[in-house]
Amino acid sequence: MQKKYSWYSLLKAGLSNQEWDKAIPLSKPKPKYDVIIIGGGGHGLATAYYLAKECGITNVAVVEKGYIGGGNTGRNTTIIRSNYLRDEASSLYEHSMRLWEGLSEDLNFNVMFSQRGVYNLGHTLQDMRDIERRVNANVLNGVDAVVVDHKEIKEQIPIINTSKNVRYPIMGASFQARGGVARHDGVAWGFARAASNLGVDIIQNCEVIDIEVEEGRVKGVKTTQGDILADQIGCVSAGHSSVIAKMAGLRLPVESHPLQAFVSEALKPILHTVVMSNAVHGYVSQSDKGDLVIGAGIDGYNSYAQRGSAKIVEHCAAAILELFPIFSRVRMNRQWGGIVDVCPDACPVISPTKIQGLYFNCGWGTGGFKATPGSGNVFAHTIAQDKQHELALPFHINRFTTGALIDEHGAAGVAH
Amino acid sequence: MSMALQAWLTSLVKGNIMFLIDCPYCKESRDQNEFSPAGEAFIARPQNPEALSDEEWADYVFYRTNHKGDHWEQWVHTAGCRKYFLVKRSTISHEVIQVSTFGEINSENAS
Repeated sequence: MQKKYSWYSLLKAGLSNQEWDKAIPLSKPKPKYDVIIIGGGGHGLATAYYLAKECGITNVAVVEKGYIGGGNTGRNTTIIRSNYLRDEASSLYEHSMRLWEGLSEDLNFNVMFSQRGVYNLGHTLQDMRDIERRVNANVLNGVDAVVVDHKEIKEQIPIINTSKNVRYPIMGASFQARGGVARHDGVAWGFARAASNLGVDIIQNCEVIDIEVEEGRVKGVKTTQGDILADQIGCVSAGHSSVIAKMAGLRLPVESHPLQAFVSEALKPILHTVVMSNAVHGYVSQSDKGDLVIGAGIDGYNSYAQRGSAKIVEHCAAAILELFPIFSRVRMNRQWGGIVDVCPDACPVISPTKIQGLYFNCGWGTGGFKATPGSGNVFAHTIAQDKQHELALPFHINRFTTGALIDEHGAAGVAH
Repeated sequence: MSMALQAWLTSLVKGNIMFLIDCPYCKESRDQNEFSPAGEAFIARPQNPEALSDEEWADYVFYRTNHKGDHWEQWVHTAGCRKYFLVKRSTISHEVIQVSTFGEINSENAS
C-alpha cells in the first residue's frame, strides 16, 4: 500500500529527507486473474481502477507491452472537452468531464487538470450555423457552451488574428469554459498508482502475443512473460486493436493511422486557453512548462509506424500561423506521431464480442484522451456485469451491422 | 533532378519523414505528396448485394484487415496522371515494396 500524498506527507518527507516509495510497484504476472486488461494506457488503467473501486473486482492485471505513459497517453495534445453534437457522444464525454472534475482528489494524484476553456473556431457562415446548432444541442444536454463572436475572441485572446483579410477569417467560435487540458502521462501514472493501491497488478514490458479461446470463451493470454489465465479480457490497445483482435480471430471496423503533434521551445505565458480550428485544421494550447502544444491531422494511409508525413505538419503549421502570426519565429522542439484506430463514424466501440468474456474498447480515433476516465468507467461496468453500461449501449460493435451509426464525424464539424 | 534535391529527397526518405512512390503509369519515382491513399486493395463490390446478409454487407462496407506488415492498397496519382493503381507497402516501415496496375495483380495472385 502506497503512502497517501498530502501536504503533511510532503512536509514530513522534506524535513526528514525520506526516500519516496515507487509510485507504481513493478509486478510480475500471477498464473490467473479474474480480469486481464490488455493495454496499459490511460483507458486501460482507468478501466482497471474503476473495476477495483466501483465493481469490487481487484484480482485484475493490466498488461502493457511498453511502459506506463509511453504510448498514445503520452503522445496526445491533452485537450479535454465534452461539447459533442450527438446525444450519445455528448453524454459519454460529459460523463468523462464530470469524472475529470474530481479526478485529482479521487486518485490522490495531481493530474494537473486545468479548466482553461476551449474555443472551437468558425470561419464561414456554415461553420457558424453548425456551431450554433451544436451549442444549442450542448445546452439542451446540460453541457456548458456559448457562441462567441470574433470581437469577443479578440478581447479574450489578443494575439489571435481576427483580420478579415486572410484566407479563412475568424467569424466566431463555440466556447466551453469547463474544457481545458491535463497532464497526459500524469493521468496514466495517477490511475496506475491508484489501481495498484487497490490490488491491481500493473505488468509492464509484457507484450500479449496470443489470446486463447476455447469453445467460444476466452481462457487467457500468452505473453512475453508467460501464459496468464483469465475469465474475462478487456482489450484497450488503441492503434493496435486490430492486431489484438486478429489473435482472437476477430475483425474490427477500424483502421490505424498516424496522428501527429509537435511542441515548441518553452515560452513565457502567451496563450491562456485552448484554440481549435477544424476548418484550417490545427489546435494549440500552451503547457504549464511554457511550450506550445500543437496538434495536426491524420495521414490518409494505414500505418503502425508512429510517424507521419511532413505535409501534414506543414499544413497544420500554416493554419496555426494564420491564426497566430506572432508564432512565426517560434522554434519547434519536437515532433512525433501516435497510431490511432479510427472507426468509420469516428465514435468508439465499447462492446462485448461474439467471444464470451472478451470485450473491446477501441476506435477512439483522434480524440480519446478527453474520454480517459469516462471510457474506463463505463468499460469497467461493462466487463463487471457482462452487460454494457447504459452510456456504452449506443457504442456496441453491432451498430455497423444494424446501421445505427453515430454520425459525429460529419455532423459535429469539430476537430477530435 | 539536381544533385542537391536528390540528396535532400533521399535524406527525407531515409529518415522516414516521407516516401517515394513509383507511378506505374508515369514510370517515375515521385514524392508521396503527389499521391493520395485510396484504401485497402482487393475489396470487390459484391456481385449480388441484395443476397447479402446484414453481417456480410457490414463486412464489405466497414470492416478492414488493417494489417500490420505488408499491405496491398490503392493509391491515386492525384497531382500527376490521376490514375488509380496498386501499391504493396509496409505499414510498419512505410517502405513501398511493389507497385502494379490493376490488370497485373488481383486478390488471387497477390503475395
